[in-house]
Amino acid sequence: MTLLQIKDLTQLFSGLCAVSELNLNLDERELVGLIGPNGAGKTTVFNLASGFYQPTHGKIIFQGRNLAGLKPHQVSALGIARTFQNIRLWKEMSVLDNILVAQHFHLGYGLGSLFFRTPRYLKREREIRHKALELLEIFKIDAYAEEKPGNLPYGMQRKVEIVRALSSGPKLLLLDEPAAGLQSADVNELITLIQWVYDQFDLSIWMIEHQMKVVMSLCSRIGVIDFGRLIASGTPTEIQQSPEVIKAYLGDDQL
Amino acid sequence: MFDTLLQNLLNALQWGSFYSLIALGYTLVYGVLRLINFAHGDIVMVGAYIAFFISSLLLGQYGMPAFLPGWAVLALTIPLTMVLTSVVGVTLERVAYRPLRRKGANRLYVVITALMAGLILENGNLLLLGASRKKFPEMIDKVVYKFGSVYVTNLKIGVILTAILSFIVLHFIITKTKVGMAMRAISYDKFAVPLMGIPIDTVIVFTFVLGSSMAGLAGILFALSYPILDPYMGMSIGWKAFIAAVVGGIGDIRGAFAGGFILGIIEIMVVAFFPSSYRDLIAFSILLLILTVKPTGLFGVAQTTKI
Repeated sequence: MTLLQIKDLTQLFSGLCAVSELNLNLDERELVGLIGPNGAGKTTVFNLASGFYQPTHGKIIFQGRNLAGLKPHQVSALGIARTFQNIRLWKEMSVLDNILVAQHFHLGYGLGSLFFRTPRYLKREREIRHKALELLEIFKIDAYAEEKPGNLPYGMQRKVEIVRALSSGPKLLLLDEPAAGLQSADVNELITLIQWVYDQFDLSIWMIEHQMKVVMSLCSRIGVIDFGRLIASGTPTEIQQSPEVIKAYLGDDQL
Repeated sequence: MFDTLLQNLLNALQWGSFYSLIALGYTLVYGVLRLINFAHGDIVMVGAYIAFFISSLLLGQYGMPAFLPGWAVLALTIPLTMVLTSVVGVTLERVAYRPLRRKGANRLYVVITALMAGLILENGNLLLLGASRKKFPEMIDKVVYKFGSVYVTNLKIGVILTAILSFIVLHFIITKTKVGMAMRAISYDKFAVPLMGIPIDTVIVFTFVLGSSMAGLAGILFALSYPILDPYMGMSIGWKAFIAAVVGGIGDIRGAFAGGFILGIIEIMVVAFFPSSYRDLIAFSILLLILTVKPTGLFGVAQTTKI
């Protein structure tokens, strides 16, 4: 079953073509990679898929629904969650609060409950908290629930960000360079973690990553973009041998 | 000597309450939008006028029979004024600030827009109601309590208690409710907020509701204490409350609350020892000194600008 369909996606930024006629499909239960040189437009694709930008042309269809015109919080409610290249946790709020805020709005209780704390509201509140703590426990970071993320090591912050994204119960998880800034020992741990998340949760993962080791060992399919265009897609082995990819990464003035 | 000090302190707390209530509105909007809402002082003025019309109506000024006792009129005027003032605040956000935000305008233009919005409110009032001042109706009888040689009115106690209570409620909202937590999240990193499923415009509207309803409350309390209304009444008190918010550390509600009272105390104490015409000169010199020593304000933390 197709989960995400990208059709002729084009994004212009005042004349600059960041993404150009991109076509891509993602199936349910798939772990797919998106690679490309710096400035190729990878993060722009993610920003489009999470509703942060509205595409100049083309469509993004998620579970049969066109995302055109939807705001980021509406896209998020449909089941697309993401992490960021440079970790974007709310650094002055506790780890637990970071996760609670993200969950709160997914539940449909209104503004009235702000002042009238009904038993139903309080029950919901307890459930959210319980679920958040459970997630933290699964990821073995429950000991840091009251800690501020800014005080945690980088690798742990990455984990918290993934937990926050997972807390909304997404069908599609977008990971934007999860290995950026990690040391090689942490990279191995991250690979295990992502594989584990993919096995444990009923979702698809689409990741941007520069470290070939991560993409090659995790993804079943990889798309390569350069100057906003899809230049190759296939299995990791196919990608590694593709002349277009080698050209994009190394330049074509080689002997 | 001690009695005089106590008497002055009570006056200082009353003025501090006005400043605090207004400063909280500045700091909330700044925390969420990084916008100095220079129209906020004029929202206080609008609040006072709204309270004037509601209470006059209920007291039978406009042909409506007066059927309520004064305290009941006040009890109705307060919530109605807060609601209507927040409607004005939210309208301002919709009409003036949101379109600029949508177009990604530089913050400078939004601040200038806020200044203009304030001038429009002042002059719109002037056009609609004329330059003559309005006398705010007396809804409750003044009661003076005497402790030794210290005098305190029921109004003064009411003003101080209202300010403290408002702060407690606001603090609860910010730290314990989902909208409050979302407001804090926006102030730390706005970009990630909508992508985590939080409707950012709803949170902004709520921020303006909170800030403006407190401005409305400040407007009523001020008009009750100094019952002469004119279109420019919000300007000076608005500026001072803004400075109080900055001295406290803008963006932090504890800072705004404390800053308001600090300003109130400094002002009254200056007047207690110097001629009253020196008040603003000395008071603001002291505040300048505080900012020189701690430029981020008392509760503020240095912000690193992210690009």
